[in-house]
Amino acid sequence: MPPELSAMASPLIGLRRRAWSRPVLVLLILSALALVSIICFMTLGAKGSWSFVLPFRGRKLLGLILVGYSVAVSTVMFQTATNNRILTPSIMGFDSLYVLLQTSLVFFFGIGSLISINADLHFLLEMVVMIGFASALFSWLFVWQERSLHLLVLVGIVFGIMFRSIVSFMQRLMDPNAFNVLQDSFFASFSRVDTEHLWFAYAVLALVSFGIVRMVNVMDVLTLGRANAINLGVNYKRTITLMLIMVSVLVAVSTALVGPVTFFGLLVASLAHALVGTSKHKYVLPAAVLLAIICLVGGQTALERIFAFDTALSIIIEFLGGIVFIFLVLRRTAR
Amino acid sequence: MIITTDITKNYGASCVVDGVTLSIPAGGVTSIIGPNGAGKSTLLSMVSRLMSMDKGTVTVDGLDVSKTGSEVLAKRLSILRQDNHMTARLTVRDLVSFGRFPYSRGRLTREDEGHIDRAIGYLNLVELSDRFLDELSGGQRQRAFVAMVLCQDTDYVLLDEPLNNLDMKHAMGMMKLLRKAANELGKTVVLVLHDINFASWYSDFIIAMKHGKVAAQGPADQMIRPEVLSTIYEMDIKVHEIGGQRISVYYE
Repeated sequence: MPPELSAMASPLIGLRRRAWSRPVLVLLILSALALVSIICFMTLGAKGSWSFVLPFRGRKLLGLILVGYSVAVSTVMFQTATNNRILTPSIMGFDSLYVLLQTSLVFFFGIGSLISINADLHFLLEMVVMIGFASALFSWLFVWQERSLHLLVLVGIVFGIMFRSIVSFMQRLMDPNAFNVLQDSFFASFSRVDTEHLWFAYAVLALVSFGIVRMVNVMDVLTLGRANAINLGVNYKRTITLMLIMVSVLVAVSTALVGPVTFFGLLVASLAHALVGTSKHKYVLPAAVLLAIICLVGGQTALERIFAFDTALSIIIEFLGGIVFIFLVLRRTAR
Repeated sequence: MIITTDITKNYGASCVVDGVTLSIPAGGVTSIIGPNGAGKSTLLSMVSRLMSMDKGTVTVDGLDVSKTGSEVLAKRLSILRQDNHMTARLTVRDLVSFGRFPYSRGRLTREDEGHIDRAIGYLNLVELSDRFLDELSGGQRQRAFVAMVLCQDTDYVLLDEPLNNLDMKHAMGMMKLLRKAANELGKTVVLVLHDINFASWYSDFIIAMKHGKVAAQGPADQMIRPEVLSTIYEMDIKVHEIGGQRISVYYE
């Protein structure tokens, strides 16, 4: 703006940034809670030598944190990329694709394939297929440009149902032993995190996180909607495609570790938005991750140690997440 | 100068914009008028790269819109659409700050802060600057978006139906402000309007579209004539001169 306007500048500098304190405060409280849950998880009810307990629980803890991180970040990013607050990758059938992949592997190559192939290689292969599918679906979507979101949702739901149907068809034809092994890996269970791919998964996540940190500001712009984002010079197609690729990597990681969880991401993303009170990703993303860690680690500790109850965390989380989903849908129609 | 050469857009079988060749002069206020479905918004969307065209080229100061990087264009041309559906929960100041994104990629400098303060002042949003957008009335929110676009500090400002949902007072205020931005800041303002009297009063140049083509164009006083308007809108329109301004009357 030219100089003649400089004269009108700012009697208002003192007014700035009231919105600051709340997100920071929320993040501090959430960090404290997350830390408490982690400490409780590691120490409560420990019998026997610490040199066994700490590494043993440490591995589980790392797994849970990894899952919480992937689910939270993938959901927030997906919601930003599609500019909605109701859909999540799992509602769109991302994780049923993963289940289909696993099932077809066992179906065509037998149970041996789950064990014999190098686990990391196996994981990598699945991820490549996941990314391939996601990119194909979304580049297809961009042919329609603006009318896309509802179409995408419909396509996602149809794909999800199709994948699930193929899976149940294959499982019906399958050898009962193979079915048993497979079924076991598909029930979401936070108490039996699959720790096999852990280091590999961490490496993948580190890479994705690097990308996310660089994109935080662009993601904020995307919350203004497609037209405003393009107006502000965002390379929309490339950014959205990149984000959706990252989302599919994250979903692959969490599904591989604990199995599909439908509403957990929605729960933490909605809570994070509500608590932080602003849409800035530098606050929302960490808040969602911390909430996920609190839910998983804290919830797991409470169930295992206080209620001596074992596998039910996923049920409770899905129940709460489902309620949030219904609430969001109803509120949306009320408007 | 914005030059479109033979640009065309089809939706399925229907041709919405049909080989439009235009040049929009730099400086001043240019209004695009025409009946519903004439292709006005589509034209504006193609000029501002929000929509790809099936044929033809658009250049803005010599830059080909479909080949130039989006981040380069964002410093030359800004577009504000009328429906701003967004999930974000932001304060007015946050929104206006986004106008600096093309320059600072989200890391605001002191200079950016100055631009933001000025844009907020220019649109009289100082008292509202810490309010959240969902707490504002339609007119105030519209002003906040215009502040964002002005903060973007581009030579060309394109607005798609900026007067929608505004009452007379706010509509008039908005047009005065755009006029002022053209006069004082040297912006080229291009807008789609439905109210031909607003177009007559505030614009220098008027482009009329009909059935995807340019039906007529010219300086405002040559366009606001009964014979021109009647053919464009296919109805009887009388034009009276009131206080040196041409006002159309079409109520029966």
